[in-house]
Amino acid sequence: MGKRVLVTGLGSFWGGRLAQAIEKRPDVDVVVGLDTREPTVELERTEYVRTDESYSLLSRIVRATQVDTIVHAFLVVDSTQMTGRQMHEVNVIGTMNLFAAASQPESKVRNVVVKSSTLVYGSHHADPVWFTESSRRSALPRHVVERTLMEVEGYVRDYAADNPHVSVSLLRFSNVLGEEIDTPITRLLRRPFVPCFFGYDPRLQFVHETDVVRAMLFVLEHDLDGTFNVAGDGLLPWSEVIALCGKRPWPLPPVGRGLAGAVLGRLGVDLPPELIDLLTYGRGVDNRKLKAEGFEYRYTSAGAVRMFAESARLRSTVGDEPRYRYERDVENFFRHSPAVVRD
Amino acid sequence: MRAMAAQGSPGGRRRRPALVAIDGAGDASAREVTGPATADDREPDGTDAAGAEAGAAAGTVDAERLSDVDEWGRSQHMRDLLAVLYEPIYERWLRVEWEGFEKLPRTGGALLVANHAGAIPLDAPSIMHGIERDLGRPVYGLGDEMFKRIPLVNVGWSRLGGVQAHPDNAYRLLREQGHLVVVFPEGARGPGKHWSERYKLRRFGRGGFVQIAMRAGVPIIPLAVIGSEETMPIVAKLPTLARLLGLPYVPITANMLLGPVAALVPFPAKMRIRVLDPIHLDVPPDQPRYSRSKIMDTSEAIRNAIQEELYDMLRRRRSVIFG
Repeated sequence: MGKRVLVTGLGSFWGGRLAQAIEKRPDVDVVVGLDTREPTVELERTEYVRTDESYSLLSRIVRATQVDTIVHAFLVVDSTQMTGRQMHEVNVIGTMNLFAAASQPESKVRNVVVKSSTLVYGSHHADPVWFTESSRRSALPRHVVERTLMEVEGYVRDYAADNPHVSVSLLRFSNVLGEEIDTPITRLLRRPFVPCFFGYDPRLQFVHETDVVRAMLFVLEHDLDGTFNVAGDGLLPWSEVIALCGKRPWPLPPVGRGLAGAVLGRLGVDLPPELIDLLTYGRGVDNRKLKAEGFEYRYTSAGAVRMFAESARLRSTVGDEPRYRYERDVENFFRHSPAVVRD
Repeated sequence: MRAMAAQGSPGGRRRRPALVAIDGAGDASAREVTGPATADDREPDGTDAAGAEAGAAAGTVDAERLSDVDEWGRSQHMRDLLAVLYEPIYERWLRVEWEGFEKLPRTGGALLVANHAGAIPLDAPSIMHGIERDLGRPVYGLGDEMFKRIPLVNVGWSRLGGVQAHPDNAYRLLREQGHLVVVFPEGARGPGKHWSERYKLRRFGRGGFVQIAMRAGVPIIPLAVIGSEETMPIVAKLPTLARLLGLPYVPITANMLLGPVAALVPFPAKMRIRVLDPIHLDVPPDQPRYSRSKIMDTSEAIRNAIQEELYDMLRRRRSVIFG
């Protein structure tokens, strides 16, 4: 019998892409995707269920679908997308309910993969250059997104401890770059003048969007247990990232950084507080634990920046590609109508 | 009708390059577990495959770097630039002389431990410059997190080999990469002391440097430096201003009394650096903890050894300027 997979956050960038990759595998029988938003990518056989993060719905879905694998991809790591309160609801409450649903006595769940972020390490002047999975933060979290992710990780750890028969893997991804992804950093790097703080040149690490999906599938395939950093090799100074993208730096005053961020936010340049910290002190994470399990990165940090720069140049010439639009009736027709010939 | 139109479009969209790239990713990781890759089932997508082929032998996509800044923030280019500027100061102004230079290892990691003095302590650049010039290997200097906080200073400091003094950083530099690392266990207490207390070593931190060397399994090489105390002696301190600026000390130096330009010019005191015998710590590396008493004993022993050596060098010194 094949796997039955539940993907949370199907409408998010990652949820959709993961579902796309998972439904292609022959050993997967069923893929169920949850989200409040419609999928933004084309899906072959994934069943989309519109649901919020409430416990009653999640527990019914887990019971009814008898899923054995949960891919938890709906965590919000971009704080410009919603308010702190919404982020708390989605990240913390959603995760709590999901794991409560997964720990019902009749649950068949044996494998859980959670997509977290290296934001949990923060960015502080007392940081080591490389964080390992067991490193502690140098300072208490100051930003909502970091706090919610740390709470989420707490629930994940509790669940793993309470359910030793389930392999739970927690992946912490560093800043993602690629052809399609849209984050505050990619939005900054698409501007002709890229903000930086005068007198600081932090070293950053990137992971390519392809490697993100590959890493998630890799841990699923190998039933890996534990926490893993996922980030490309090498650190790049922010000034060099800007230059690799062919842009000019726009130095902001080094004092009153939060104020500058708030003002720029009003002007439409998203500079959330956790990104301000990152652009001041940088962050590097040790990716050797996942490599030791046999994972091979296809992109280094510099390679990810290059791929992003090339796609940004293409996009600035030919413009955005048309977006996929989800049509419920059409999708249901293809999946369930007797008129469709299946082999 | 609308449904029919929508039905047509998804099929056409399936061959969008970006989607195929992700598909390729899914296939690739399936391949990793099912068996070795064959040559023709590489990326089906043109742009991505070209990128993958252009990368390293392992198929990793990398990019030409535009700078030579390494993971620690050090840039050999910037070091070379500084070497040109610092060479006259080193050779003509301070006339740095080494004793026992041959005790420094040509390969492998070692933790250099030195005393630290002068309002702007020139012992650090002199040690680093001398070793890099004559031994041809990079030296990283562990420093307080304060350097990382100050704008401009943090960039210059890290480009020139400064690294935040974090045990994990030191371990990686020494054990995994086998570099030379210099540390000043007195920290800011050394350079921030009054002229009247010159050559009296301060507390050697909490012995963290010993623990670092124990964990990394590298020898400790103590260095005794004379001359840097006299390059920029502190005659008074402004503690209130220091507190306001968040700095460890704000000095009034003897150099400042000679005018605003002279304030930044060190006095031409002769600098001597003596390399003591390397200390091999008799403990297994990679332990999570080491005996506190052993750490403190070693730390005190090294401090006393450097102190003794300083007094010996001062006894032999006939003149501050001529050595």
